[in-house]
Amino acid sequence: MDDIAQGVIQAVDLIVTLNPDIMQIAALSLFISLSATCVAALIAIPIGSLIHFQDFYGKRALIILIQTLYSVPTVVVGLVIYLLISRSGPLGFLGLLFTPEGMILGQTVLIIPIITGLVISALSGVDKSISDTLVALGATGSQKILQILKEARYAILSAVVLGFGRAIAEVGVAMMIGGNIRGFTRVLTTAITLETGMGEFGRSIALGIILLALALIVVVILNIITSGLSHDTQVIAGGPSG
Amino acid sequence: MIRIERLTKKFGEKETVKETDLEIRKGEIFTFIGPSGSGKTTLIRLIDLLDWPTSGTIFFDGIDTSGTEQVRLAVRRRMGMVFQKPAVLNTTVAKNVAFGLKFRGVPEEEMQRKVRGALELVGLPHFTDRKAVTLSGGEMQRVALARAMVTEPEVLLLDEPTANLDPVSADLIENLIHGINKRFGTTIIMSTHDMIQGQRLADRIGVIMDGRLVQTGSAGEIFYQPKGKAIARFVGIDAIPGGVVTENRQGHALIRVKDICFEALTDLQVGQRAALYIRPEEVTLTPADVSPAKSSMRNQLFGRIKKIQPSGPFVRITVDCGFSLTALITRRSCTELGFAAGSNVLGGVKATAIHVLPDDEGQAHQ
Repeated sequence: MDDIAQGVIQAVDLIVTLNPDIMQIAALSLFISLSATCVAALIAIPIGSLIHFQDFYGKRALIILIQTLYSVPTVVVGLVIYLLISRSGPLGFLGLLFTPEGMILGQTVLIIPIITGLVISALSGVDKSISDTLVALGATGSQKILQILKEARYAILSAVVLGFGRAIAEVGVAMMIGGNIRGFTRVLTTAITLETGMGEFGRSIALGIILLALALIVVVILNIITSGLSHDTQVIAGGPSG
Repeated sequence: MIRIERLTKKFGEKETVKETDLEIRKGEIFTFIGPSGSGKTTLIRLIDLLDWPTSGTIFFDGIDTSGTEQVRLAVRRRMGMVFQKPAVLNTTVAKNVAFGLKFRGVPEEEMQRKVRGALELVGLPHFTDRKAVTLSGGEMQRVALARAMVTEPEVLLLDEPTANLDPVSADLIENLIHGINKRFGTTIIMSTHDMIQGQRLADRIGVIMDGRLVQTGSAGEIFYQPKGKAIARFVGIDAIPGGVVTENRQGHALIRVKDICFEALTDLQVGQRAALYIRPEEVTLTPADVSPAKSSMRNQLFGRIKKIQPSGPFVRITVDCGFSLTALITRRSCTELGFAAGSNVLGGVKATAIHVLPDDEGQAHQ
């Protein structure tokens, strides 16, 4: 009980005094996970759209596979990426192992499935009558797709937020690919693991609070953006009834 | 304007549109009528090139539309479509209406001018900045109409445009459709299950039953000379007694139904079976105890009222005179004449008001 109370007091102190060590870790976490989220979104949104708008054999199976990958253990992704980018691996020449860039790669791979899958659901959520209306109004294929993406943007945004959440909270990839090198690849989650192991509960709690706060800030910002957008266009299905 | 050749659309095993041939003329209002699920929507969607037919071809102004998507897009952009349930974008009314123009790359200034024009056309000029989702069903449908008309289409397609509207809004939409046709000469193709609407608006009507275009003609032809019992029942004729021609003098025939002889006009020969299509509005009823007034009615028959069904300001009275005869009279006359179930009445039908067709079905039953 004493540990916890002291830990909290120390944590507050570390945060209030903007402890440079802790701030550097937090900044790096944010940088890596946001980068991974951006890269993953740039890949996953087009792929998700492609899967949604194209009809092909095995589409259902592919979607199920993608959904299965939502819950792939981070350490498995860590292992696969490790094998790929380690010195003897096929991508070893890139020298990515134990670098922030390597961690970005790992987290990107980790969250592509979840963003892709949720983008597909987001697009499926747009009523067919909207697609028909757009086509009937003379939209080309790409004009239609663009408009439907626009209509699904809240759901797509939440897909990206969820992706970010998974990225910033994971330990497996950060530990295995980053190696928890102090001042270079140490991020919030790996730091918490280390500090807890060393009995530095105050630092652990401080890092935990920051981790939660970062998640909160990102979600709040996205919510502000979303509510700002809601004054703009949003398609609703159906019309008069009764 | 539009020529449809042997058009068929299958969904799995089910044929929703069957081998349909049709020519729609420039500038006319053509209405498909038929029961729900008969394939009207499918056919309209095929004409708007939203779906591909399983087989057959649609020619638009001579252009074969089974070509590339590019050709189809170009043709589709010459048409406007209003769906039964309009999908309205949750933005201002003006932005909703501008979509078609935006897709066509129309410059901003021209776009605003045209949007204003289209909103004036549907009587919503002050609605530009209103949120589309706050509109009533009728207003939404008018916005959908403005959105379709803003691109000045040569053909306007409407799928059951008033099916979900109250009578006043429906009337407004009907007047708009009529006005658009007269003012711009827009060819209009619409579908409805409301026969009265079909009759009111259409230059020509196509009756669709079970995916097949079973009869095409003017409202008069469809309503007074239906080709077959299914169409007749759909357009409100439910008394179709069957009989045998016993005499025919230059088209003026006597047809025996049970023990009653009808006079009617037909070319059917003596001995042939005939079905007598009698519209309920053409049947007059008088109380049987009142001595029959002098009347030009050639066909007078006694019967007993079986059923009285109210139908708006009218009542539909089923009379048993050995077979069922239906009469449509006003509620007021029904009360004044003191009709009730069981009353004995005298029914009258003019010889010219009976539409006679060969009765194949009757023979099959016997």
